[in-house]
Amino acid sequence: MGLPSGTFAQDYAQDMGLMRTKAQWGFMGLLLVFLATIPLWASDSNLTTATIIGITIISVHGLNILTGNCGLVSMGHSGFMMVGGYAMAILSAKAGLPFWAALPAAGLIAGMVGVLFGLPSLRIKGFYLIMATVSAYFIIHWLILQFRDLTGGTDGLSVPTATLFGLAIKGKVTYFYLVLVLAVLATLVAKNILRTRAGRAFVAIRDNDLAAEVMGVNLWGYRLQAFFIGCVFAGVAGALSVQYYSYANVEQFPFFDSVWFLGMLIVGGMGSTSGVIYGVLAIKLLQLLATKIGPSLAEVVNPQAAVGLSLILPSLAIILFLIFAPRGIEHIWGRFRGYYQAWPF
Amino acid sequence: MTFFFQLTITGLALGMMYALIAIGFVIIFKSSKAFNIAQGHFVMVGGYLGYTFLAVLHLPVWLAIIAVIAVAVVMGAVIERLALRPLVGQPVLAVIMMTIALAGVLEGLAILFWGGEYKTYHDVLPAITLKLGAISVPPESLIGLIVSTIVVTLLVLMFRYTKIGLAMRATAEDEQVTRSAGIQATMVYALAWVIAAVVGVVGGVLLGGVSGVSIAMSEIGLKALAVVILGGLDSIGGAIFAGLMLGIMENLAAGYLDPLMPSGGGLAGVFPFIVMILVLMIKPHGLFGLKRIERV
Repeated sequence: MGLPSGTFAQDYAQDMGLMRTKAQWGFMGLLLVFLATIPLWASDSNLTTATIIGITIISVHGLNILTGNCGLVSMGHSGFMMVGGYAMAILSAKAGLPFWAALPAAGLIAGMVGVLFGLPSLRIKGFYLIMATVSAYFIIHWLILQFRDLTGGTDGLSVPTATLFGLAIKGKVTYFYLVLVLAVLATLVAKNILRTRAGRAFVAIRDNDLAAEVMGVNLWGYRLQAFFIGCVFAGVAGALSVQYYSYANVEQFPFFDSVWFLGMLIVGGMGSTSGVIYGVLAIKLLQLLATKIGPSLAEVVNPQAAVGLSLILPSLAIILFLIFAPRGIEHIWGRFRGYYQAWPF
Repeated sequence: MTFFFQLTITGLALGMMYALIAIGFVIIFKSSKAFNIAQGHFVMVGGYLGYTFLAVLHLPVWLAIIAVIAVAVVMGAVIERLALRPLVGQPVLAVIMMTIALAGVLEGLAILFWGGEYKTYHDVLPAITLKLGAISVPPESLIGLIVSTIVVTLLVLMFRYTKIGLAMRATAEDEQVTRSAGIQATMVYALAWVIAAVVGVVGGVLLGGVSGVSIAMSEIGLKALAVVILGGLDSIGGAIFAGLMLGIMENLAAGYLDPLMPSGGGLAGVFPFIVMILVLMIKPHGLFGLKRIERV
């Protein structure tokens, strides 16, 4: 922990605190004020980007608990987002559930589907588990296209405007605030899950599952729990994304998104809650950069340049981080902070 | 019955393609325990290289093949040296993410250079067609058959009779012991990547000549992972057998079950993944894979 000199913990509660110094409170307050004022100055397209980044952060928090902390690598995360998104669409469009009920329900449904596909994790791990989750994505994708009556097949399904506390969530600004509140909440929840008994069990399983089992950690229970928690986050994010476009479609959740989610964890720093935020920002901004400079390249190379570039830039970032900084931005930032906090020692 | 045989034969063609990708995967896994998700992309790059050399530059076929092999050797060696070597000793996820990111780069480059469009060069390669009664054998299966037979024969001979083959088998068994016996493990890894790249790219050139090349070729690489799982990660014979089996089963499933599905089917796209998850639940080490016991 990089704490400034002279910070002492005098009791256990203090030692466990998330915020240790007045400066940390100050910076956190400034950050929240900054986030809350984004709609005042950001352009329309930047607001959209900010909203999507918020939704992605919620989703990647789930993957961070599952992969970064429990060590169960899932490459089907966008499939579980798809489950959440379609659950939201069906519950609110067909069953007429209000938004406040449909959102948690979508999360729970995605969580249960996640547990179902997490069952193989009891026997297999590593590469085999990755393949199991890859197949989970394609099976979910196929099932959704098959049950046309329920999901609308390839046509998709439109979703009515949500209302919360009698207030219609319409327009980009309102939706941005909704996502902002939920993303901050998700960050807090994710951080706190990792500080519970279950969170410590996850880390024990990641570091050495056999040793953890010998010490009395129930592998079955905790692995499925990790899958459930991770997929609940994914489901909520998927539901928010569907609600944002007021339309559910399988194309909204492409397979390669799952790869980018894992890439975000690597770039940000595996297993760290703040690393999730850095990673999502880095990859999303690189993709944004690709769409910004793509059109100018299109005239030189070919019209598809932006698509190619939006694959190459994040991929290169992942490669460079894997080789030169496998512990991610979180670690680099931590070293830098440690350096200036200990200055002049 | 003709329907059945036609489905089987076209399935064979697909299966050969799966087997070709799976062989490249297995070669790398056997010697360096690295999972190469980008193998399908090697095939795609091969197809586009074939298009460039044969249809754009109009090189003669033998020269084009040599040029493509040269590019593949460089590509394999560069990827191994720059991207994979720094990851020796890193966790499984790092290696997998590295190869996926490489796949992303290769796909992105293919889009940048060739526009990601569907390209064909039908008339350049000599056409091989065969008719067995009412059933026509698609040229893909013949080409796949020829290439994989040659590749497998060469590999088996190499693994059995040459010193470098022995070194590769030894490295696969135990890297540390091999190193202490004075064998350069890094050279073995580099060689494995070069062989895999050459196999993938040459297969891609031939397939591109028959059925054209597009970005979608790389998606077959993902489906071919089901073949690897079914056959066992470290068995070349298993890769071929499982490739053929899965290709035929996928085609039969699509032919007979699709009409029964509620909305049109599309079973072919998902069938390998269903097989994969079943294999993983029942027999995770595949049909011919080596089962390793984990000890603390």
